[in-house]
Parts: sequence; C-alpha cells; structure tokens
Amino acid sequence: MNCKKVILELTSYLDGVLDSTVRIDLEQHLARCSDCRVVVDTTRKTIQIFCNSEPVPLPEDVRKRLHTALLERFRRNLKTT
Amino acid sequence: MVPCQMSPVSWSQPLLGARRIMSATDPKPLTSTVVRDDEGQLVSAAKAGDISAFEELVNRYERKIFRLGMNITQNREDAEDVMQDAFLKSYQNLDRFQGDSRFYTWLVRIAVNEALMKLRKRRPNQVSLDEPLTQAEDPVFREIEDWGPSPEQRFAQTELNEILTQVIGDLDPIFRVVFTLRDVEGISTDETAHILGISVAAVKSRLLRARLKLRQKLNKYFRRSESQ
Repeated sequence: MNCKKVILELTSYLDGVLDSTVRIDLEQHLARCSDCRVVVDTTRKTIQIFCNSEPVPLPEDVRKRLHTALLERFRRNLKTT
Repeated sequence: MVPCQMSPVSWSQPLLGARRIMSATDPKPLTSTVVRDDEGQLVSAAKAGDISAFEELVNRYERKIFRLGMNITQNREDAEDVMQDAFLKSYQNLDRFQGDSRFYTWLVRIAVNEALMKLRKRRPNQVSLDEPLTQAEDPVFREIEDWGPSPEQRFAQTELNEILTQVIGDLDPIFRVVFTLRDVEGISTDETAHILGISVAAVKSRLLRARLKLRQKLNKYFRRSESQ
C-alpha cells in the first residue's frame, strides 16, 4: 500500500469498517511511514475533538422564545381537539 | 473506530407524574411520567397527548439541534428558526413518526431540511448538495506535524468552541453538512445519505474531504510547535 491509498481508505479505517486484509496492509504501511502516521493520528484527533465538543449553552432568550412558541402550539392544539 | 457518543444529558428534574403546561415566562423543564432513558416511551406518551413528555424531548435535544443549526447555517437567527421549526414540525407531525428510526434521527432530518432551506434562501446559487466535487485540490500533505496528546486541552473551553466554530464555518456547505451529521451528531453513514438524498459513496467521499480539510485547518492551532 502507498500513501495515496492510505488516504483513500482513511475514513473507512477510522470508522472501523475496513476489510481486515486492507486494514493489515494499511497498518503495515503506517508502521514504516511516519507522515501517514501523523495524518491518521491528527485526523483521528480532529474527529474526536468535534465529537466530544459540548454544545454551547442555549442562550436564555432563544430558549424562552422556543418554549413560548411551543406553548402557543400546545394551546392551539388543545382548542381544536 | 472513533466512537462518537451522544453527549450525556443532565436530568435533575424529579419525576412527579404531573401533566401540565408550562408557563411561557418560566420555561423550565417539565416533569414526565416517563423515565429519561427511554426515548421510545417518551415518544409514545407524547403521541398519546402527554405534553410534558414532548417537552422532555425538547429539553433533551434543544441544545444539540441549535448547535446543528449553527453548524450548518453559521448564523444565530437562522439557527434559532431552524430549532423552532424543527420542534414545532416534529410536534405537529408526531403521528407520522413510525418509530423505524430514533426520534432524534427523525428530528435531525427535519432540522437539516430546515437548515438547508435557510442556506439556499441566503445563497441560492452556492448551495447544492448535488454539485460535483472538483478533484484538483489536495488538502492532505501540505502540513504534517504531530499535535501531541490531547491538543484541545491547551485551550479554554470557550476558546476551543470559537476555534471549532470558525474552522467548521470555513468549510464549504456540502462538506460541513456531512461532517456535522456524521462526526458531530453521530448519525450513521446510511442515515446521513438518506437524510441528504445522496449516495453512501458521496457521503464517504465528502466526509473524507471534510475531515482532511478540518485537520489541516486545526493544524495551525494544535501542532506541537504552537505550544512551545
């Protein structure tokens, strides 16, 4: 496997859905190619950082308007049923 | 495999079994007769008319849907509209929800459609999920530098959030949407393809490019040389 092929298979590799034969080839390449190791590692960290990011707090005024709109909808539904 | 877990939801409200409508001036989470871990029961209760059950679903997902709206539209007012419309439409169409996917996934689908409509309205000639991707650029091997362990911990939470918002906002919408669904919201590849009406191969291709572009953009913040 060469560096270009590693990149093509990167998403499947990081998602754990790569065929085992291809995965072994890829990992053998990683063992001898430090550039690809860095790309794989930093791409994995990129995903983890976003994946673990907490949603920012919902601004209170935004939340209040949402719940007011829902309340109106609930009331309207109660009237029609 | 990179596991993308749902963020834990704090839920401190007592389960009183009360069924009431909240006050518009006091939008605190309502209680429900249904335990918080069981989304299916909450949905069933909401379908049967338990307003507090639906509100529990809202309280559980409002921050995530707002973040989704922000990530896709990059505009606070649009994100607010997206969130409101998504919850109102999901409530209005609850009878149509068949339960063949998680409620959250269904809600995300509604929110994504709303967000894409906002984007198209704002930039009608720029946003198409169907446009072919150019293969000319190679975002991969421009910068290869180690980040060290836990590079995000070098930043305060607020600063990190600003960085993540900025780099994802710099992505083209066709990459941003796919990345947001797959790697931020943890929606499966198949479901992402279904939500966006594109092929699984297109999702994988765009996800790869989005991940590599983000890696490259984050490199300037996280590379080891930046921390020294």
